[in-house]
Amino acid sequence: MSEATATATADGTADGGTGGTAGDGTAGGTSRKPGGHLAGRASGAGGRKGPGRVSPTAPPRSFIWTRRVVLTLLTIFAATPLLVMVSSSLKPLQDVSDRFRWIPSSLTISPYVDIWSTVPLADYFLNSLIVAGAATGCSVVIATFAAYAVSRYRFRGKRLFTVTILSTQMFPGILFLLPLFLIFVNLGNATGVALYGSRGALIVTYLTFTLPFSIWMLIGYFDSIPRDLDEAALTDGCGPLGALVRVVVPAAVPGIVAVAVYSFMTAWGEVLFASVMTNETTRTLAIGLQGYATQTQVYWNQVMAASLVASVPIVAGFLLLQRYLVTGLTAGAVK
Amino acid sequence: MTTLSPPPGTSRPDREAGPSHSGPPLPRRRRILPDRLRRAGLPYLLLLPALVLEILIHLGPMAVGVTMSFKELTQQYIRDWSAAPWTGTDNFRIAVDVNAPVGEALLHSFFVTCAFTVLAVSLAWLLGVTAAILMQESFRGRGVLRALFLTPYALPVYTAVITWSFLLQRDGGMVNHVIHDQLGLTDSEPFWLIGDNSFAALVVVAVWRTWPFAFLILMAALQNIPKELYEAAHVDGAGMRQQIRRITLPSLRPVNQVLVLVLFLWTFNDFNVPYILFGKSAPEAADLISIHIYQASFVTWDFGSGSAMSVLLLLFLLLVTGGYLLVTGAGRKRDV
Repeated sequence: MSEATATATADGTADGGTGGTAGDGTAGGTSRKPGGHLAGRASGAGGRKGPGRVSPTAPPRSFIWTRRVVLTLLTIFAATPLLVMVSSSLKPLQDVSDRFRWIPSSLTISPYVDIWSTVPLADYFLNSLIVAGAATGCSVVIATFAAYAVSRYRFRGKRLFTVTILSTQMFPGILFLLPLFLIFVNLGNATGVALYGSRGALIVTYLTFTLPFSIWMLIGYFDSIPRDLDEAALTDGCGPLGALVRVVVPAAVPGIVAVAVYSFMTAWGEVLFASVMTNETTRTLAIGLQGYATQTQVYWNQVMAASLVASVPIVAGFLLLQRYLVTGLTAGAVK
Repeated sequence: MTTLSPPPGTSRPDREAGPSHSGPPLPRRRRILPDRLRRAGLPYLLLLPALVLEILIHLGPMAVGVTMSFKELTQQYIRDWSAAPWTGTDNFRIAVDVNAPVGEALLHSFFVTCAFTVLAVSLAWLLGVTAAILMQESFRGRGVLRALFLTPYALPVYTAVITWSFLLQRDGGMVNHVIHDQLGLTDSEPFWLIGDNSFAALVVVAVWRTWPFAFLILMAALQNIPKELYEAAHVDGAGMRQQIRRITLPSLRPVNQVLVLVLFLWTFNDFNVPYILFGKSAPEAADLISIHIYQASFVTWDFGSGSAMSVLLLLFLLLVTGGYLLVTGAGRKRDV
């Protein structure tokens, strides 16, 4: 029952149009009455109720079997590492340091307790949170302004701006890494401000790297919001910024959430720049965990527990907000 | 378009000057600047933060990187790299000289990266499109499956790859446990993280991480195909397979063009997966170009040569992307 409810919510929120078509009728290959009113309407002359007929587009039996087999294989591929991750984090140390075993000899939560003292995981976590949070906040605000300008105004250099912004997306990170590293080091030497190794440098870097895609996605989203809305606000006496804040932003919430999710995930998961631009005190989860997993004696159960601690917030957030990401992407990037 | 935006400070005196009459009158609003000026300046003002950041952190360093590639920037010049001597095109010449060790290694790394990219992108796309088509219709448990499939993509890359490196260990890893102990497929336990098998390991991990993205995008795109098309095809007697070939795949074309390009760029530039899977020195069979350049720069502290390689990589990507957009016409679809 709970599974069915979960499906219904996920479908209802994320799938829009397709949700009601087949309903539960196709589950397990058996056929019943049309599920939703949509399907009822779609089947036109609803009176044709022959055996094995749900709607005209109901999938044939062979399709359902293909679907079962392929999706089962995909599930095994996708889920096995996740399963091992979770189970290993609950195993005692001897279970993970010798031969692999599916069934733990006993269950323990001590890895989840020990991780906080074996490595300064709380510090890593806090650093990641500060860096990713600050970068996301700034990125969303700056991208909103820029995308609004591109979407609503005609100005010289607009095309140059969008093309440049987009093309930075293809540049390999390694190309920026060396110069940025040197720039931060030399700026630090020249001004006495320790940029290299600071959280600020990392925030600015992540912020800039998430901007192009965020702007691009938001342009697409803003374009899909009728201009009449902000023109009405303008004639009502709002300034252009007032129109942006009071009318366009509220209408673009899904796009903005999508951008925030994207920025946060990028910043939270970034490795390359963090590996070069952090020191002992500013180390993020990305680098901290990696050091954890490459010690001479690796406590795999603790590493898996720490990985889960680093993953759960982001995965939960992503799964909760993915419908926004889908709407944002369909309106913006995928057009 | 006549003027650029004046800096914000200069608009202050105008505020006292009262309403200006140059713009068309709008009710209930006080004029600060002539309307024409405001309209012209505002977009630039809105763009300013993004522009400044992009120039300072993206374009500026890129220019610096290109400059660096013409210098002899070894460890002794790192403190004051402007003092490093110019070397002309020496760095490039060394990088492309395939008969010398440096050039040979770079070429090898380039080929490995190409093979890796082609394999990983096509597999990720194939899995994504298959799953998206199969999950187009609603069925019991679809929401749960969808969440499960998306999880590898949502995981931070390092936790995902660390988990894989645990699975792929020679002695205590799950993969060897299954293929050697349980299925008995191999005589001895193979190494996955060193030697030639590391290439396969890299492809599997990369596909595991990226196919959900293809799945997500394609699933979203499938929702935009009008139901009526399928119904009409059904009435005309088209089977499932024909519907997929005649309706689904052609409708996905524009999305696929963008998706494949994005996947290509991500995969080709991928640094995270090999770096976490293999550490600082990747095995030769899995020596991707990003990690190769990283190694050339930070292990040997020869930034000039590393930059030259990065510039070559960028040129290659520009060429491929440009060619791709020309051939597919994907760039013309959207008025950017």
